[in-house]
Amino acid sequence: MKKILPKVLLSVMGSMFAIVLSGCKLVVLDPKGTIGLQEKSLIMMTAGAMLCIVIPVIIATIIVAWRYRKSNTNSTYAPKWDFSYTLETIIWGVPMCLIAFIAYHTYISSHKLDPYKPILAPANNPHAKPINLQVIALNWKWLFIYPDYGIASVNEMAVPINTPIAFRLTSDAVMNSFWIPQLGSQVYVMAGMQTQLHLMAIEQGNYAGLTNNYSGSGYSDMKFRALAKDDKGFQDWVSKVRASSNQLNDKTYAKLHIESIKNPVEYYARVEPALFDNIVAKYNNGMVMDKITGKMIYTGSTHFSNTQAGE
Amino acid sequence: MLGKLTLSAIPYNVPILVGTFIGVVVIGLAVLGAITYYGKWGVLFKNWLFSVDHKRIGIMYIVLALIMLFRGFTDALMMRTQQALAYNSPGYLPPSHYDQIFTAHGTIMIFFMAMAFMQGLFNLIVPLQIGARDVAFPFINSLSFWLTTAGAILVNISLFIGDFSTAGWLAYPPVSELQFSPGVGVDYYIWAIEISGIGTVLTAVNFLTTITKMRAPGMTWMRIPIFTWTVIASCIMIFTTFPALTVAIGELALDRYLGMHFFTNEAGGNVMLFLNLIWAWGHPEVYILVIPAFGCFSEIVPVFSKKPLFGYPTMVYATMAITILSLFVWVHHFFTMGAGANVNTFFGIMTMIIAIPTGVKIFNWLFTMYRGRIDFTAPMYWTIGFIIVFVIGGMTGVMLSIPASDFVLHNSEFLVAHFHNTIIGGVYFGYIAGMNFWFSKVTGFKISQKLGKAAFFFWFFGFFLAFMPLYVTGFDGMVRRLNHYDNPEWHIWLQIACLGAFCILVGIVCQLAQLFLAIINAKKPENIDVTGDPWDGRSLEWSTSSPAPSYNFAHIPIVHSRDAYAYDKEHGIDTRRTSEPYHDIVMPKNTSTGFWIGIISIVLGFSAVWHIWWLFIISGVIILAIVIGYSFIDDKEFIIPASEVERIEKEYSRKLMTQVAE
Amino acid sequence: MTENIMTVNSVSEEHEHQNHSVFGFWIYLMSDCIIFGCLFASYAVLRFQFAGGPTAKEMFELPGVAMETALLLVSSLTFGFAMIEAYKGKKTGTVFWMIVSAILGAGFLFLEIKEFIYLIAHGASPDVSAFWSTFFTLVSTHGLHVTLGIIWMIVLIVQILLKGINSKMLPRLACLSLFWHFLDIIWICVFSFVYLLSMVP
Repeated sequence: MKKILPKVLLSVMGSMFAIVLSGCKLVVLDPKGTIGLQEKSLIMMTAGAMLCIVIPVIIATIIVAWRYRKSNTNSTYAPKWDFSYTLETIIWGVPMCLIAFIAYHTYISSHKLDPYKPILAPANNPHAKPINLQVIALNWKWLFIYPDYGIASVNEMAVPINTPIAFRLTSDAVMNSFWIPQLGSQVYVMAGMQTQLHLMAIEQGNYAGLTNNYSGSGYSDMKFRALAKDDKGFQDWVSKVRASSNQLNDKTYAKLHIESIKNPVEYYARVEPALFDNIVAKYNNGMVMDKITGKMIYTGSTHFSNTQAGE
Repeated sequence: MLGKLTLSAIPYNVPILVGTFIGVVVIGLAVLGAITYYGKWGVLFKNWLFSVDHKRIGIMYIVLALIMLFRGFTDALMMRTQQALAYNSPGYLPPSHYDQIFTAHGTIMIFFMAMAFMQGLFNLIVPLQIGARDVAFPFINSLSFWLTTAGAILVNISLFIGDFSTAGWLAYPPVSELQFSPGVGVDYYIWAIEISGIGTVLTAVNFLTTITKMRAPGMTWMRIPIFTWTVIASCIMIFTTFPALTVAIGELALDRYLGMHFFTNEAGGNVMLFLNLIWAWGHPEVYILVIPAFGCFSEIVPVFSKKPLFGYPTMVYATMAITILSLFVWVHHFFTMGAGANVNTFFGIMTMIIAIPTGVKIFNWLFTMYRGRIDFTAPMYWTIGFIIVFVIGGMTGVMLSIPASDFVLHNSEFLVAHFHNTIIGGVYFGYIAGMNFWFSKVTGFKISQKLGKAAFFFWFFGFFLAFMPLYVTGFDGMVRRLNHYDNPEWHIWLQIACLGAFCILVGIVCQLAQLFLAIINAKKPENIDVTGDPWDGRSLEWSTSSPAPSYNFAHIPIVHSRDAYAYDKEHGIDTRRTSEPYHDIVMPKNTSTGFWIGIISIVLGFSAVWHIWWLFIISGVIILAIVIGYSFIDDKEFIIPASEVERIEKEYSRKLMTQVAE
Repeated sequence: MTENIMTVNSVSEEHEHQNHSVFGFWIYLMSDCIIFGCLFASYAVLRFQFAGGPTAKEMFELPGVAMETALLLVSSLTFGFAMIEAYKGKKTGTVFWMIVSAILGAGFLFLEIKEFIYLIAHGASPDVSAFWSTFFTLVSTHGLHVTLGIIWMIVLIVQILLKGINSKMLPRLACLSLFWHFLDIIWICVFSFVYLLSMVP
């Protein structure tokens, strides 16, 4: 019994690894965006470098433990041996070299993949203008505003492929983290603050988007779909949104702000232009950071600060 | 009169909780009945609950830790089962209940399982290892224990009166603010953490003083056993970082109780302030826990390899390096807040630098085994299992410390797998290895090695089954704390993980059986640890009897070398100095003060949770009065007469002689 | 013969214990110091978050605060006198200077509470904005420490009157003295970083 059990477990584990290796597509390792692709290769490279040490250490542990077992009296026994400068130099040196290698790539990648850094237009679409997208996290749904188009949507966003996306994000409820695993980086979304994120999709598809920071009882259902389309598909989607009869103004926003779980996809053909800034400003005494100068300016709208919409 | 407390706070309509309640009552009555039947009430209170003997307090800490392990692990099983079932269905736990469970699991496992176990090991081993008769402040030691216990009891009261926090184990605002968590759950969390936190800081003060001031003559800094070194490191981190926890949770409490605006969305509050404060404690916390576990391994490997520890000085430097570095890494828990590339790079690189001294430790253990004569006892199994599991956890940790990788791994199941990889593989394996190693020293009888090994195998393979799938789902974009999901690819992995959790359950049952059999077979002659040195140990704790007499050492041993006891044995020195005359020994008297302060702290916390302010004030005043009253007592010590010491020592010597004769 | 050794032993043990409590208390103070460090950090982060409410510059009245500072500094000095008397073994002198220190400490508390009442009455209460939350928390945590210090002082005065100054009392006085001077240092930081800095335009 005792002998069989480890074997059973080992075979179960072996088959698990087999399933992973046999090309089951894990979304983080199967990115469809430029940022995600670079992050994937960074993960692969650093993990590979570390495995070069980790696997030998595991094997060495097993070999040493077995070879110097008590019953093996053939092995050397050095009961006084407790120090060696050469070995100590090596065992400090090897991890240092590995960490130096990874640290170098950490420095490079942290700057290259900084979520605040705008993405340049890709070679296959050199005249692409970045598409601006304002994201507002609500309990428990995502509101997307397209300031360039004057439209908005809930729990669904669409972007043209090969076009840089510039997100500005804030929350009108608790803290969340905005993440589309197949496109790459996530960033925190907090009330009264604006965070930024830059991504770019390179393949058409319908990707999962979610919150990655626990936000209360509706957390598990706070999901959205991110549609990456070609230019025509994107224009069609914009037209579809514009065809909606809904408008997003203070009144409809107050209704949207009420807590809801599994909120259906909604489209708004028109959006009050200052909505995003007002939402940020309502937590900052009407102040909001100016996009161009970076200074705090007064929005003049105290409308939101007086009423906690939807409560 | 009763504040917010009404009958509706009792969840009599939740079947799971009613069942639990009945179970607790039945077991509780059985235990109380047994104590009454055997007439052990006096013994229980006088010799245990009121004890200031570090050895007894240590045992009580570990009993508390095991009870909390049971509670925390039940939560784990419930979560794993929920996730295995909740594919395209709501599962059997609604979010309101599930969220309490994952919050309680984290809170209990870290604060009341791991921290209690760790402080138990400090108590059991440190004074014996440095050749001291007790800790520097025996009463404060008892107080620390009772404050930790008070916190643990508060958390568990929340099961049956009101509910527990649903805001996660670190209670991130604004979810934990009054606006989004209007119930009493977060308040239970706040008071449990604050009360037990005071106890932990007192432990750190106590042990730092003990180790600095009370080492046996001849024990210079570089002769201190490695486990004691790791306790120093751990205590330094406790007293430097627990204040950050106290302040973070305290400010959250002020927000909730007095309407302040530290972390609220409105009026200028700043969530990131909370994150910075709590992680300034939170990351050192994992080193607070794991470094003493490293200390256990560093004691175990040399003893069973029949060799001194390889690279003792570098072990000490590595330990202290980790201690210092751990204070400068906290931002890696929120790279995704958008702090900018330079800040992220700094904290990322600081984090991965910790991998260097940690790696050095692994290599040092390997070279200790190299050219040794390894005796494969249960502690050795746990140690080798630890090395294998921990290097994987270390690797995934470095992956998470690279900001750009963290942007896609942060808060996913990958993270969950990573920290269980280090906390189970490092902390838990280490403490259990230590428990198996020192069991006979503490109790005087041996524990089954066979069952210990069986428990190890179930834990080891159960661990891989339970957590490797989470790495996979993490790569597949699954985030933590999900109550239900609709992604078909995750389902099979979560079912495997659930299987792994049940495999670990078998491991825990083996451990309970190990303990149970050890206790009922305690009187059998073959199980008694007569010599006090069953493993041919190297440090001073093995030079005294098992269990050690109340005064630990009749003569304070004189240390001639590192590995003091091994040196004495080799050179034929009588560590116990039996030929010298015995003297009276002054020992601290037991006191009920710590116990009563603990009990009233529960009342204090409970009344604060339910806003019963008159009771809150009364219990606060009583605690103050007890402390002041205690300071008026002068007669806090008693004398063990030389004749009694001589009798005990002669008896032990006689046993040793007969053992040798056999 | 054994008795002789015993007294030697117990004397040295007594001596050992003394050192321990002062050493342990130092470690505790370091920990407490970090508590204040975290509170100062919170203050630094939130110090401009008035949320449209009253600002620090509008509300602070420096003369009162300067008076508080003077009282606390002098009480530190008088406690120093108490310690000198205690080391000389003089009971009356010690108690006299301790009573003076406690009264000065109480005067500090009185002025602080008066300031709080004034602030709250004029709309600067802790629930108005993050700034006032962090201000009240920082300052009243210090005030709470002073209160405990005064209670401790009263307890020790009673103990000295009952039992005289013996080898057990001295380390207690030494710890209280550390605590009392420590609170002074913290207050100097509060005065400089909270009050004076707010006045800088």
